[in-house]
Amino acid sequence: MNSDKITKIVLVSVSFLILLIAGGMVFSLVSGAIPSFKEFGFSFITSKEWNPTEGRENYSALPFIAGTLMTSVTALLIALPLSFATSLFLGEYYRNTKIATILGTMVDLLAGIPSIVYGLWGFYVLRPIMVDLGLGNQGFGVFTAGLILSIMIIPYATSLSNEIIAMVPNDLKEAAYSLGATRLEVTLSVTVPAARSGIFAGYILAFGRALGETMAVTMLIGNSNLIPDNLFSSGNTMASVIANQFGEADGLKLSSLIAIALLLFVITGIINGVGKYIIKKFD
Amino acid sequence: MERVNPISYPDHSKRRILKEKIFLGLVIALSAITVSPIILIISKLVIKGVKQFSFDFIFKTTPNTYEAMTAVASGENIPGGVLNGISGTLLMVAAAALIAIPLGITSGVFLYENQGKRLANLVRNVSDILQGVPSIVLGLISYMWIVKHITHGFSALAGSVSLSIMMVPMIVRSTEETLKMIPNSIKEAALALGVPYYKVIIKVLIPTGFSGMLTGILLAISRVIGETAPLMLTALGSTMVNWDITQPTSALPLLVWEFYNDPNMVDLIWSTSLLLMVIVLIFNLVSKKIAKSRQ
Repeated sequence: MNSDKITKIVLVSVSFLILLIAGGMVFSLVSGAIPSFKEFGFSFITSKEWNPTEGRENYSALPFIAGTLMTSVTALLIALPLSFATSLFLGEYYRNTKIATILGTMVDLLAGIPSIVYGLWGFYVLRPIMVDLGLGNQGFGVFTAGLILSIMIIPYATSLSNEIIAMVPNDLKEAAYSLGATRLEVTLSVTVPAARSGIFAGYILAFGRALGETMAVTMLIGNSNLIPDNLFSSGNTMASVIANQFGEADGLKLSSLIAIALLLFVITGIINGVGKYIIKKFD
Repeated sequence: MERVNPISYPDHSKRRILKEKIFLGLVIALSAITVSPIILIISKLVIKGVKQFSFDFIFKTTPNTYEAMTAVASGENIPGGVLNGISGTLLMVAAAALIAIPLGITSGVFLYENQGKRLANLVRNVSDILQGVPSIVLGLISYMWIVKHITHGFSALAGSVSLSIMMVPMIVRSTEETLKMIPNSIKEAALALGVPYYKVIIKVLIPTGFSGMLTGILLAISRVIGETAPLMLTALGSTMVNWDITQPTSALPLLVWEFYNDPNMVDLIWSTSLLLMVIVLIFNLVSKKIAKSRQ
């Protein structure tokens, strides 16, 4: 066999390893989750109770699915105007200026801050403010977690939409300017519509990030295993319940946590797939 | 000048210009709000963390709760430091890089060499999906694979594996993107000289794209250094400096989590986070710098 063939085989087989890892992950999650699915069946995602009391064990993912959706949607709603404005600042109004470079670097740095540091800052800085405002359960709760999450996902939404906004052809904008449109009119009726699917994809990917964030949420959401009644009650997300309860888990409980991980894997996979698909179509 | 047009249009220009100004003001204000957390967080870490920084902080292991409590009670700085965390982070991130770099670069080369082919598209999509998997899920996976079946207990290896699965997709992507930018003629020139394929990869492609790949690797490292969740499920933590990859090991983010949960250690939280931030930011900025010098 000649060396070219060996090289090709090495390349293929190493790449195949990636498929193997992903396949193995799905297999392990599914087989780990089976005892729980067998025991609870469909009620694993419909029943409202997460009860580890021995003899009356009942595990359901619904409270955590609700918590995950509530925190992530809150985060997305807060992040939307902020990251939209920032991407216009970087990609349109101050494109290629020194101030935009500085601002852009700062946004990138936001993405570099470890989740646990966000959690600490949220705990020691944001939470007392929430307490002063009389919101949440001692400042903990869905809203506090969503607020810190929004800061964490802004860089993801911003970097993509800023790039796409900056890519909108100048001809389009100039045509509108030549008709006497103001910059605002050009931005809202030409630039943003031309870049809309990229901007949309950015928000979807950011939403996917929010779904899986663990540490900062764990430190701020209040960790109760009930469906949150409102934005200011405490709860748990799918990721935070795994982090919280994993330590003492075995048997059926461990299997239920693995089942939650499987759900989380599937949901984030779908969300990211949709985001990537939109980007690809846009290219 | 007088209007010549016989039909008179209402003049909205003042209102339009006002709207324009208000919107610009809004964009600037919201952008300022967006980046304010980075300043607030870093200043908080510096103000609260610097006072614990000392020689001991870097070169001693964590104190136990009792030592910390007596020190706090007598108004002194908490003795000891985070050496076990520094060594653990070094060990696990190095091991993760050792696993992820060859895997990532080889797959990236494969994707580059097989543009548009079905298997390559599949690998690319799967790698993209892996990149989106929450880190806690990767921790759980590594627990099921390594902790349960290979090291039979919490271990640095399990931590490294979960971190390496996070790193691979980033390295794959940056490798492929970098190689795509290399002019084909360079590769063809080497092939025309009769250089074997593997030598073209090792001696031409990788050196030419080296700085781009390095950027991706450093960025991937900076992402995983701060990861806490997967390590909680895999490496667990340790109060001693440990270089044995099959044993439970601490890491800087794990120590932050421990200090957060122990009321006596609260004073150490900020300095440890500050150290972690500084390391992450250095990797981040160095990779940006390399990326910039390429252009």
